[in-house]
Parts: sequence; C-alpha cells; structure tokens
Amino acid sequence: MTGRTERRFGMVVDAVACVGCSACVIACRDENDVPQGCSRRWIFEEVKGRFPNLTAEVWSESCQHCDYPPCVDCCPTGASHIDRPTGTTQVDRDKCTGCKACVAACPYDSRYVHPDGYVDKSTLCIHRLRKGEPTACEAICPTDAITVGDLDDPHAKISRLVRSRHSRQFKTDAGTRPRFFLLERI
Amino acid sequence: MKRPELSRRKFLRIAGVTGLGATALGTVPGAMRTHFGEQGYEPAPDDETVASTCEMCFWKCGIHAHVRDGQVRRITGNPDHPLSRGRLCPRGAGALGTLYDPDRLSVPLVREGERGEDRFREATWEEALDRVAAGLKKVAEEHGPEAIAMFYHGAGGSFFKTLMGGLGSANIAAPSYAQCRGPREVGFELTFGEGLGSPEPLDLPNTRCLVLIGSHLGENMHNTQVQDFAQGLAGGMRLVVVDPRYSTAAGKASHWLPIRPGTDLALLLSWINIIIQEEWYNRAYVEKHAIGFEQLAAEVRRYTPEAVYVETGISPELQRETALEIAQAAPRALIHPGRHVTWYGDDAQRSRAIAILNALLGSWGRPGGIHFTSKSPLKGHPEMPAFPEAPEPADRKEGDFVFASETLASGLRDATLTGEPTPMKAWLVYGSNLPYVLPDPQKTYDAIQELDFMVAIDILPAEICGWADVVLPECTYLERHDDLIAPWHREPYIGLRQPVIEPLGDSKPGWWMAKEIARRLDLEAYFPWKDPEGLIRARMRSSGYSEAQTTSLFERGVLVTEADPLYLFHNEEYEFDTPSGKIELFSQQLADMGFDPIPVYRRPEQPGPGQFRLLFGRAPVHTFGRTTNNETLLQQYPENEIWLNRAVAADLGLAGGEYVLVKNQDGAVTGPIRVKATERIRSDCVYMVHGFGHESKRLRRAYGRGGNDALLVTRYETDPLMGGTGMNVNFVTLEKVEA
Repeated sequence: MTGRTERRFGMVVDAVACVGCSACVIACRDENDVPQGCSRRWIFEEVKGRFPNLTAEVWSESCQHCDYPPCVDCCPTGASHIDRPTGTTQVDRDKCTGCKACVAACPYDSRYVHPDGYVDKSTLCIHRLRKGEPTACEAICPTDAITVGDLDDPHAKISRLVRSRHSRQFKTDAGTRPRFFLLERI
Repeated sequence: MKRPELSRRKFLRIAGVTGLGATALGTVPGAMRTHFGEQGYEPAPDDETVASTCEMCFWKCGIHAHVRDGQVRRITGNPDHPLSRGRLCPRGAGALGTLYDPDRLSVPLVREGERGEDRFREATWEEALDRVAAGLKKVAEEHGPEAIAMFYHGAGGSFFKTLMGGLGSANIAAPSYAQCRGPREVGFELTFGEGLGSPEPLDLPNTRCLVLIGSHLGENMHNTQVQDFAQGLAGGMRLVVVDPRYSTAAGKASHWLPIRPGTDLALLLSWINIIIQEEWYNRAYVEKHAIGFEQLAAEVRRYTPEAVYVETGISPELQRETALEIAQAAPRALIHPGRHVTWYGDDAQRSRAIAILNALLGSWGRPGGIHFTSKSPLKGHPEMPAFPEAPEPADRKEGDFVFASETLASGLRDATLTGEPTPMKAWLVYGSNLPYVLPDPQKTYDAIQELDFMVAIDILPAEICGWADVVLPECTYLERHDDLIAPWHREPYIGLRQPVIEPLGDSKPGWWMAKEIARRLDLEAYFPWKDPEGLIRARMRSSGYSEAQTTSLFERGVLVTEADPLYLFHNEEYEFDTPSGKIELFSQQLADMGFDPIPVYRRPEQPGPGQFRLLFGRAPVHTFGRTTNNETLLQQYPENEIWLNRAVAADLGLAGGEYVLVKNQDGAVTGPIRVKATERIRSDCVYMVHGFGHESKRLRRAYGRGGNDALLVTRYETDPLMGGTGMNVNFVTLEKVEA
C-alpha cells in the first residue's frame, strides 16, 4: 500500500445472489452524473463448459480500489490519488490532463475518458461513504448482492462476508491487491 | 518491459458499456441535465422527494423520485413499500430515459392518411376529444355500446374502464390474461379454487427447493420476487431449472434440465408418478385436503421415467434424482407457477399439473410454498352511480372456453374480424401495443380495418398508434395521478401514484382525458370528483381511514394495513373454493365439460429438418417493447440477439455476431438480428428477447434495432379450456445477411 490509510473501503459482490440486472449500473449513473455512453460499472458474465454441462456466473463490478493502484503510480500530475480517510482511489479532475496513462495501466479496464476531457471512474460514492450512507449501487440492488465497507474493521459486514464465504479476486498476479471480492458457492 | 500479467481479462462485459456512442443516441435528456459536480448527488435543501408508484412494468413498486429545479434527477426504491423495500430493478431506476424521451407523444394527433400509413396532423385537445366522443357516440348509437371494445395494460386503464362501464360495454380486455398468465390462473382455480394473481403469493424466502419450469427469474425482474429468490438462494435454497435454455437462474441451479420444448407436462407427470410410487407425497395433507388421489395415481402410472425420457430428453436417473430432491424439501418445496405461460395451447392443463404437484408436496398454504394473502379494505367513491346493464363480453361464442375467468383480448379481436358473436366497431386502446402483443399481427391489422373508429392512448408512438384515427398523448406515471392500488399481498397495502412533476409538452393524464370524454357523452356522473386527489380522499374516507392515515399515504406513498395469517394453522379445516370444497386432483368440472379430468400429455408437433422452434423471453432491463426506446435502458441491452446452439451455428456456417434474417414456416421474416452462438441452448430451438425490431419510425432509437418475435408468431394454439393463445409453436430458419 502507498502508505497507511485511515480506513480501507472495498466491495464484495455475491455471485450467488447477483442476476446481472444492471440496476446498480443505472443507479450509479444517476447518482454520479455519468454521461450517456459511459459507465463506471459493468456486468460481467462467465460461462464455462459444453452443453449440457455448464456453469455460469454473472456479476457486477467497478474500480477495485486497489491497495497498490498502478493508476496512481503512473499518474504524472498526481490527479490519481488515494483518499487517506477512506483508502479509496480517486481522480482530481482539476489536475487531470486526460493523458490516459492510468487508463492503460489499469488491469481492470475501470476507467474512461469523460467527454469533458478528464479521466473518470468509480469514486465508491465517497460522498455517501463520508456520511455513513451505502453507495448508490449497494442501496438499489434488488438481490442485496453488493456490500461496501471497511476491510480493516473486523466487525464490518464486508469483513464477515470475506471471512466466511469462498471468494475470488481478479488479477491478483498484477500485484495490485484489489479490494473487490466475488463471493461464490463453494 | 513486457508485463503480460497486465493483459485485459477475457470476461464478457454484457452491460454497462456498449457499442453505442453517446452521439449515436439522441442527446436531449442529457442536455437537459446539469452536472452535480465532482462528488455525486448531494441533496440540496430545496430538493424535493416525492413518494409514488412505478409503472415501468406491471409490478408497481414504491418509489422515491428526487427532484431538483423541476427536473427528476434520480429514482430510488421506497423503503416503506412492501414491493420495493427500498430497492429497485433497472427499469424503475432507469425511468428517466422514458420520462425525458424526446420521441414521446406530446400533442394529440388526428389521422390524415389511410389507416396504418402513419400520417397524422397535430390537433388541439378540444378537437381530438370532440372526435373521440363523436366516434364512440356514433358507434354506440348505430351498433349499441357493446360494439365498443377496450384493450389496456397498466394501472392508468382504470379511468377508461369507468368510461366503458358508463357507456354500457363490458368488452374490456387486457392481453395480460389470454396472452400471458391466464392459463396459470385457470390451472390453479380448477385445482385449489383460486388463482394466484399478481404479485404471486410465493414464500420464496422460506423455500428449500424451488423448481422453475421455463420461468427465467432474474431475467424477468419482478422486483419483490427477485429479492425473495435471492434471499432464498442466500439461505441455501436448492434450485431445479427446467428450461431449453441455460438461463441466468440455471446458472444458480443445483440441476439444470434442458428439456425438449413442449414436453414439460410429461416431466411433471413423471415427477407426480415417482412421488406417488415412492410414497414421497404428503399423505396426511392429501388425505385431509384433497380428493381424487386414487384416480390420479392410476392415471399417471404410465408416465414412467423411461417413457418420459423419450419425450423430454431428460434421463430417467435425473428425473428420479430431482424428484427426490424436491420431495426431500417438502413441504418447503415449490413448483413455481410461472407467469408468461401461453406456450403450446395445453397450458391450463400444464399449470394444473404444477398445481397438483404442489398439492402432493403439501406446499399450498405452508411456509416455503404458496402463502395466503390479504387486501387492504378499499371502497369506491361513495357517489359513484351503478353502471347500466351491459351484455356479456363478446370475446367468445357460447360454450367456448368455459373456464376463462377474464375477458380474452384475442377473442375481442376475432369478434371484430368476424362479427361473431357480435360485431365490434370501435376500439379504445390504452397502453397496449396490440400488434406486438396479440399473436398473428396481420389479423390485428385486418380487424382494425373493420372498425368505424379507433383511439389510441399512449406515452410513446408505438406501432398501434399508427393505426388509430385519433392518438391521445398521455403523460408518464411520473407526471400524473392514478387511482389507488391495493393488490392481494402478504403485507396488504394501499399504494399511491401522484405526479412528481408537471406533464411535459402538451401531454395529459389519462384521468383527465377519460373525464373530458365522459363530459362530452353526458356520462360525467361516473366521475363524481373534481380531480384524482378528491377521488382518493373520498375513497379513503368512505373506507374508514382516518385523515392522519390519508395524510401519511400522500407523504409516504403507501399505507400498510394489518395482514391475515400467511399459512394454514396446524390441523386447520379449510374449505377450498372448488365444487367439492377440497383440492381437486381429479376435476369433475373438467370431466363434465368433456376435458381431461387429470392432465394428459400429448406430443406437440416438432420442427422439421433445418427448422428451429422459436422461443422468446425477457431481458432484465426491458419491459416488452415499451422500454427499447429508453436511452438509459437501451445502453444496457442495445439490441436483441438470436440464441443458437454453438455446434449448430458452426454447421450452418454462422459465426457469433453475424446478422441473420429469421423466417418462419409461413414466410414471415424479421431481422437482421445478430447471432449469439452459445452452448447455453438446445440444438432444436432458438431464443430471442421480446420487444425489439420496432417498425415505427417515430421510435427513433428503437426503430429497426434487432428482431421482432411477434412478427414470427403467425401461428398459435388456442387453449380449449380458457382461450389462451399458445405462441411457442412457430418454426423458423435462419438466413445469413450478406454484408
């Protein structure tokens, strides 16, 4: 981690519950004024096997708010930074020149260039976290599949879920220490 | 330096980002909105939150609409509302794309060209309403008021139903019966004495084993039910999915049974047989509550797993294994009754088999099964006069479809076309895009040509509007009142719909139109209120609610009332509303009318060589064709695809992503539509999401996007019990579109 933060907010998505409906994607758009044609969240689908022996998972995902975010390391202006109180990765629009180094560096394809010229991505609804409110995606989710919280707080729901359920993380070999966990059936 | 570990992942992004650039879509809604600034939506002191009820689909969840500077900025779930519990589906959340759709109807239109040419001129409300009143009056005088038929979908239809009642016509039908859930209602009515209604009273949070027969929960986003489904899964509920397609739900199932389409009834009868033979049924429950067990046991003996394997393609071992899995969970086992069940024309009998299996498991009236519901007491307006006597609906000839419990929309169309049993000369169409809803669209167009007058009331220029003489532009549910909503539910409630903003353009609420037409026809007595708020307050008062409760309803958007017990008590004597007062495993009613008293499987016609059976369903972000012009929702699912088994696609020389035309047995064609070559479907059928391939050029985003299954449903099998139109009986071939 690029120095210790006060808290370490992360996200889990329960692939057993998630039906990939996109309500979170739309709630995120309206909450954060994401322009049409752009998105801070996506629905992923993974199907394995051959008919009729198949398995499938569908889930919702966004910026992983990594412990070691390559987008911060590579940013020449300091626009991409870690917010100390929450530990989330943020972009300072005024400092961003739209060079897209971070877009290239992110192994998760989490970033896009806003039509106004700066790079944008999930803020993990930091404005809501600061008030102790759930993120827009967590609040709307009809299957209660999304949980956001402080991974350093052992009593937080997110920590209990990560401890008690089988989960997987993505691109851990990239050394990013992502804070996104996909809960799965064992 | 090479960093291979930083390569992109290979998962399929199915939503959230699309091939549609912002420029490809109209930008009006976006342009009307201003930035919130860097830190997201910060409620300002003068922001307003209005509690109301959603109408992006028929489920009617409670919403909070957040308004700033006269603009609706976002919509969230109302935490007080029993259907939303603070959560929303994507359509409810994405409603702003419909509210601010630049293609919305905004002024009344009067036809100038021939019917179907879609040539109109703009008119004043005065002229348009005068024309509607005159058109209806002329038909009523020349042919009797019963020659006026109304088709509708949605809560806003109630005011026009009142108008029809005042005119003296009972020819009112919602295609949601004979084209959707009707057979299920009849199957359960014949067995348990009552149907299921909406929302379905399924106790999914307590279910230990759920069986879905072709139902694709999660792709049909009935908010509460999907919440309950997820809650059940979180609690370890086992799931058996019977579907020719590997649905989202199948991905969560302990068993997926990729059944041959059209043979579900055989599988159900096999399960019934196994459960009886193995004595896994709930003997005490059946002895106490049901009749006809011996006849049932004798009748289903021939449906051995081996015989049924030949029909369904589901191995005998898998049939036994799943039967055991279901039986082990009983009575917390539930065979889901489904919702859109008009498939093969024997659908009421298949639904009856589902009801019978639930009865054997003892799940009706028990936790984890089908629970009891209650309804908030609600009276009509105290000054509402009685309607004049109207002749019986003319949707069927005497002696036909005797078990139908609602009016058949397809029957009213056929009466229009043939003049039998009585002619229909005027149509009032409210929010129902009939050519995309009723099977055999050409028949619908032919019927319209028989009319003296037709009025369409809609928020968008759907195809049906192009055939009307007068089009009345309604405002959306976010801009109007509707009458109170009080369904049967586990937590009974009264739901309110109230305007969040003023109507956009020159659109008007349905209640105002109905009242204005009534005034012109001297029927204003049936609208004994000045505005809907007056109607709502009068109804609340006459139903015995206090002023405080009514005030709370307007503030919170919902009033929850006391519920009756959800389940049968231990050893409760219960009288079912059937002729025998018991659950009827054997139905004397059916026998008396010459039908199978116990469901009998008959092999449906199968597609010929090179043909595929056409199946269709839903995407979570769309409600039929009503949302495919919604910019926000369209971005999540921009066009439908035709699902085709990967090996079959390879044999046909088709690659995923290629465009094809889809042609049915009668030469009807739709497309171009993109091929989804996938392992997730059997080789004898294809599947597409309903609601695409719009033909109305006025729907600028939806026009020509993807394929329209409704065009391919030129053939249908009518359910002899209740007149439902089975639509999964069309066979198609695919033809590559050369680029």
